[in-house]
Amino acid sequence: MKESKEELIGYLRKMMEIRLFEEKVMELLARNVIKGASHLYAGEEAVAVGACSAIKPDDYITSTHRGHGHCLAKGGKLPEMMAELCGKATGYCKGRGGSMHIADVTAGNLGATGIVCSNVPVAVGAALSVKMRKTSQVVLCFFGDGASNNGVFHESLNMAAVWKLPVVFVCENNLYGMSVAASRCSAVQDMADKAKAYDIPSMICDGMDVLAVRETIKKAVERARKGDGPTLVECKTYRYFGHSRSDPRAYRTKEEEKEWRNKCPIKQFSKKLVDNKIFTEQEIAQIEKQAEEDVESAEKFAVESPYPNVKELRDDIYAPSPTELVNGGAIR
Amino acid sequence: MREILYKDALVEAMREEMERDEKVFVMGEDVAIYGGAYGATKGLYEQFGEDRVRDTAISESAIVGAAIGAAITGMRPIAEIMYIDFITQAMDQLVNQAAKMRYMFGGKTTVPMVLRTEGGAGRCIAAHHSQSLEAWIMHVPGLYLVMPSTPYDAKGLLKASIRDDNPVVFIEHKMLYGMKGEVPEADYIIPLGVADIKKKGSDVTIVAYSRQLHVAMEAATELEKDNISAEVIDPRTLKPLDIDTILTSVKKTSKLVIVSEGYKTGNVASEIAMLVMEHGFDLLDAPVKRVCAVDVPVPMSPVLEDAAIPNKQNVINAVKEICQ
Ligand SMILES: Cc1ncc(C[n+]2csc(CCOP(=O)(O)OP(=O)(O)O)c2C)c(N)n1
Repeated sequence: MKESKEELIGYLRKMMEIRLFEEKVMELLARNVIKGASHLYAGEEAVAVGACSAIKPDDYITSTHRGHGHCLAKGGKLPEMMAELCGKATGYCKGRGGSMHIADVTAGNLGATGIVCSNVPVAVGAALSVKMRKTSQVVLCFFGDGASNNGVFHESLNMAAVWKLPVVFVCENNLYGMSVAASRCSAVQDMADKAKAYDIPSMICDGMDVLAVRETIKKAVERARKGDGPTLVECKTYRYFGHSRSDPRAYRTKEEEKEWRNKCPIKQFSKKLVDNKIFTEQEIAQIEKQAEEDVESAEKFAVESPYPNVKELRDDIYAPSPTELVNGGAIR
Repeated sequence: MREILYKDALVEAMREEMERDEKVFVMGEDVAIYGGAYGATKGLYEQFGEDRVRDTAISESAIVGAAIGAAITGMRPIAEIMYIDFITQAMDQLVNQAAKMRYMFGGKTTVPMVLRTEGGAGRCIAAHHSQSLEAWIMHVPGLYLVMPSTPYDAKGLLKASIRDDNPVVFIEHKMLYGMKGEVPEADYIIPLGVADIKKKGSDVTIVAYSRQLHVAMEAATELEKDNISAEVIDPRTLKPLDIDTILTSVKKTSKLVIVSEGYKTGNVASEIAMLVMEHGFDLLDAPVKRVCAVDVPVPMSPVLEDAAIPNKQNVINAVKEICQ
């Protein structure tokens, strides 16, 4: 492995944080501490961590309804994330967005969306701006296999290709869009094939292997930075929980779930680190314990944080305009 | 009479119409095995099979467009858009195709389809899953707009919508699916464009629809204690709108409050208020009041979400302002 020991341990630790965060969210949803909807990322950790490890802090990502993992991997902090999910004033979006709209714009996470695929053209726009501003940034755009059946996906890929934009489309193919198997709603097996129509190169990688994801995304990022345009990377992965909290998962079998649990990205990677004598099992257990504590304290922070003040309900809808432009601010 | 859930009333309506007419079919995201995001298609897949209960890709524009294509060629599709917020992605098909075709083609086409969707706030799921966008739909000529508030109305109105030859946008409320109410076993239809007087009264007319009907009813009960007798009218269909029933009521009460969960600016309530002005200005003894959602994207946090949409107290306050 060519990464340094610190780097490797960083990936493991991030994946563990995501997993433990999601398990905690599951618990808090059950206890109704978190209200609303949450789409858990457990099982897919290697994609967010592998992909985000291949870009720099000032690069951008756009995220999905399943966005906790992307947020953490892009440098998000556990307490602010948990507070957001709980609808608290201390959350990243002051409690207005919740799970589905988590954004950490200062860290380059341009935000998650509740409208499937609506982040894809936004990523293209961010990449266009990078090109026009002549910086060397790239944009990673996460979306699901289901999203790639949406019209705006095709419009966006075409535009990114025509303009040779520095964007990497990262398809997280977890085999299902809610209850519908990809094979039942997509005419092609590999979502990567959809790039052909737009003359965009594509790659497929094992989304349960953090280093494989990292390697693949790195190549795509290099192309983007060189000015060679977009790439579509499809990561084959699996979500361990249901689509959202009330999903009985009647559309898939226990055997299938077990098979993918055996490919757990965290277990696999831990084993690799131990087998290569980079880390001992004790050291790994120590890291997990630390991550657990961090998630616990994030929970504490979130639970103890105040709800937003209702007086602020109308704040931030419009940016302040010079009075000469909007009749003394009459817009309100 | 037996009581069933709002969502089961919807399933019954579709089942009966599918049994009655083999041209009726259902399509949408997760409507088959899953039974619909809010359980409003449960059991249909098992009974009718995948030909008539079709899971689709996440392709809102294609779902609506395909429903239109099927409708103009002899089928009677019911397309489900999981949340009304997602019709944003299908607006072209809905507004430019479904609504206009018949008119543009000289009346030679009919578009007998139902677009079932849900809307409204109350589950802390934030600005992409909580909106009440009915004012958008109401604005467009060529579309009918139905918003039932009870299981009884849901079943009767959905059956009418399926049998109607026009494109009908049928908006359910996410907080009503689990609500129980009396629904007859016998086949019945509630015609579109007929309002229902949910409570008789003499001092003020309150017009409310969908979930806000129940908020208005609670407010009306409370107002009785202060000797204010409110008549509560549920238009049930916003287009065609039964303005006559509203005017008849205002003739009696001389006062009008309209309650809606949509954003205040450009609200359905604005239209109803204006129609009453146009047709019954002389009947009014006080300014018309609107109780609507605050003009903010619906926030996730429970305290903010509650503050954004109308509640019982808002309705009571509005009534008292013009009754005292
Ligand atoms: C435009 C739109 N249509 C439908 C939905 C409802 N919905 C939310 S997530 C989802 C499945 C998405 O599948 P995929 O893109 O594969 O992502 P995954 O959930 O598997 O991560 C659906 C149908 C939505 N949020 N937005």
